[in-house]
Amino acid sequence: MQPFAELLDRLVYTTARNAKLKLLEDYFREVPDPDRGWALAALTDGLPLRLPIRKTLATILEPHVDPLLYRLSRDYVGDTAETVSLLWPDVRANAPPPSIGDVVAEVSSASSREFPRVLERLLDRLDVKGRFALLKLLSGALRVGVSARLAKTAIAQSFGRAVEEIEEVWHAVTPPYGDMFAWLEGRGERPDPGRKATFRPVMLAHPIEEGDWQGLAPADIAAEWKWDGIRVQLSARPGDVRLFSRAGDDISGAFPDIVQAFAHTEGVLDGELLVLRDRAVAPFNDLQQRLNRKSVTGKMLQDYPAHIRLYDILFDAQEDVRELSFLERRVRLEAWYERFLPSLADVSALVPFAAFSELEEKWRQARENGIEGLMLKRKDSPYLAGRPKGHWYKWKRAALTLDCVLMYAQRGSGKRSSYYSDYTFGVWKTPDELVPVGKAYSGFTDEELLRLDRWIRTNTVERFGPVRQVAPGLVLEIAFDAVQPSSRHKSGVALRFPRVHRIRWDKPAREAETLAAVQALIPS
Amino acid sequence: MPTPRPESWLYPTERGLFCAPGQFHIDPHLPVERAVITHGHGDHARSGHGSVLATHETIEIMKVRYGADCAGAFQPANGAQSINGVTVKLVPAGHILGSAQIVLDWQGSRAVVSGDYKRSPDPTCAPFELVPCDLFITEATFGLPVFRHEPADKEARRLLASLDANPERTHLLGAYNLGKCQRMIALTREAGYDRPIYLHGGMRNLCDLYVQLGVDLGDLRNVMDSEPAELRGALVMCPPSALSDRWSRRLADPLTCYASGWMRVKGRARQHGVELPLVVSDHCDWPELLTTIEETGAAEIWVTHGREDALVHQIGLMGRRGRALALVGFEDEGD
Repeated sequence: MQPFAELLDRLVYTTARNAKLKLLEDYFREVPDPDRGWALAALTDGLPLRLPIRKTLATILEPHVDPLLYRLSRDYVGDTAETVSLLWPDVRANAPPPSIGDVVAEVSSASSREFPRVLERLLDRLDVKGRFALLKLLSGALRVGVSARLAKTAIAQSFGRAVEEIEEVWHAVTPPYGDMFAWLEGRGERPDPGRKATFRPVMLAHPIEEGDWQGLAPADIAAEWKWDGIRVQLSARPGDVRLFSRAGDDISGAFPDIVQAFAHTEGVLDGELLVLRDRAVAPFNDLQQRLNRKSVTGKMLQDYPAHIRLYDILFDAQEDVRELSFLERRVRLEAWYERFLPSLADVSALVPFAAFSELEEKWRQARENGIEGLMLKRKDSPYLAGRPKGHWYKWKRAALTLDCVLMYAQRGSGKRSSYYSDYTFGVWKTPDELVPVGKAYSGFTDEELLRLDRWIRTNTVERFGPVRQVAPGLVLEIAFDAVQPSSRHKSGVALRFPRVHRIRWDKPAREAETLAAVQALIPS
Repeated sequence: MPTPRPESWLYPTERGLFCAPGQFHIDPHLPVERAVITHGHGDHARSGHGSVLATHETIEIMKVRYGADCAGAFQPANGAQSINGVTVKLVPAGHILGSAQIVLDWQGSRAVVSGDYKRSPDPTCAPFELVPCDLFITEATFGLPVFRHEPADKEARRLLASLDANPERTHLLGAYNLGKCQRMIALTREAGYDRPIYLHGGMRNLCDLYVQLGVDLGDLRNVMDSEPAELRGALVMCPPSALSDRWSRRLADPLTCYASGWMRVKGRARQHGVELPLVVSDHCDWPELLTTIEETGAAEIWVTHGREDALVHQIGLMGRRGRALALVGFEDEGD
């Protein structure tokens, strides 16, 4: 437990991605099995343990801490695991600190009646960092700023592999992943995804740039709409259907309707997950209601019906077709669809065109619901993992822009920690009242940041910790993809993908947009 | 003769804690005729009093901070003395250089105003001396059971280990100007660090004063007079407020450290963007507070300066009478 405790403690205070990767890589290389595997599970899908941790903590704390003092402490610290780790008495237990393997073994073999006593004994054997790590581990959410993807990247880099290789085997292995580590260290065979539905790394596109057009001939290119949902992979084997996000997270639990619709199929498909009503794509906000859930209610299934619009095929039944060209795969995809005809799915149509000028005309008019722009794909490209150059291009529809007024600025982190670099901006609700509509962190140069920082410091009207409220005097032209209704913002609207487009040092704040004008942009 | 109830002769007023028979204030936050001052921190020592009774070191600290004429007259404490019939004695509080508890005896009743204090060792000041009393006035800066400080020498060794492990990165250590700064320097020296330590401009005068008063701090230099190359891998000290402010931009990719009792709580460390939090405090942690309260034997405890609610509750659980001493104007958070 000590190396894991030290790792968590360091991660908590580390903001830079590369520094986090370094800490994780060292850990995975140095710590033996099964501890590193359990740690990896904790950082990705969670330990396979179901424990009444909250209730148990309340019980075992009672003899040690007065309830009022506990409440005041919890309020101050703001995190239960941390509070308990700090409050637990430092006893010198005779036993040495447990390894994570010991913890998993002792906890999983304990009955629910024994569990409180087991937890007490474990806490007694650990110091404050160890107790924190133990409680985070058992409570299921580490919250140390490491995504599952980052943990997998660290595993890959520790052993000189690409993250896609880890993703290929990920769903074939289970904690503590002894067979995966054996393979990575050259001691064993590559784990075989076998009969399970597994994730295959996704192929991604580059934004098209001015210079790219010269190398493209219309005859070599297929175009399709870029639908505004989330990119997913559907992987089906008899008896096992899973839906993955493009990062390889298993999101099947939230989409039983999709899983059901593909139950009779076999293959690995690439597509866009959407909410579809009367054949029309609903705004992205509707899809969001279904995302980030472990399970879903019947009412949600009814109110937000999910649908997959298929783009591509990776495995035709059990045959790997990724080496085939786009056009050949397209033929396979259409045939596959005809063969299985899964409900809640269709094939994304190709957009016919003869010349790029014709395509540009279509791109320009693409402002209706559900379309984010166009995809251009070389007809001869194989399906390649990652973001290979020169194969697929995304041509996003032009951003919308709005003139907004800077309202609050917050210090950044890392290299930007002495700069006010995070901006909350708003629009006029009435001629005297601004309401916030979004936050932006990017879209300006270092020189502009210096000037913004200076402006904010001289125009501050109030300070709240790391946040400064400024006088309404600076207009930011904000670029964004769409306006959505939002219950989180006081204004009732939120901008999607906002970034600073230009800083309008010249424009009086009075002339910025009104809330009514922003509301009019919400797609109906 | 029965001993008088403590609040009949010692009580808070709008200018600060007042000893009525002695006609003086303790740590007043507004100018008064006669002040007795526990230590040099700004929320205890103010300028503009008629006369100041304090330790020699506290008086020197006040002169550096506020100027030589910041009080009408200075009286260095020297053993017990009588002020209008109240016997006043200053004994070490272990908080910072010159810090003292004020021991008051009047008509058979004894009150101890501890000011800020700590029980753990500190190479830059005299250790806390326990004085049994009837009324003990304690601070409660870290008055929650989650606060348990680490041994300071262990934290200093962690800092040195990080300097060793990251020889290319400047270690920027945030520490309060008066007390913590000098203690951290002295601790690193005790742990064997003999390279120059670089100071933010605001720390120079007080470090010089410590040296003058006999505290050895080794080779100290000013950041302002140093070449950027010299600061690579060096230890640089600054006040906490400068850690993430414009001042710190002169350092390329510093490793931010912060020495404070607040660093016990992760959220506080993250809020300051600290990479290496060091849990070192010049205040008592929770167990030290409880031990001290127990050991003074005082039946009545007044609590000030921080988390009164939790500590007053705890004192009740200990079978003593605890009350919050609402001293307006002591709103500094301490360090």
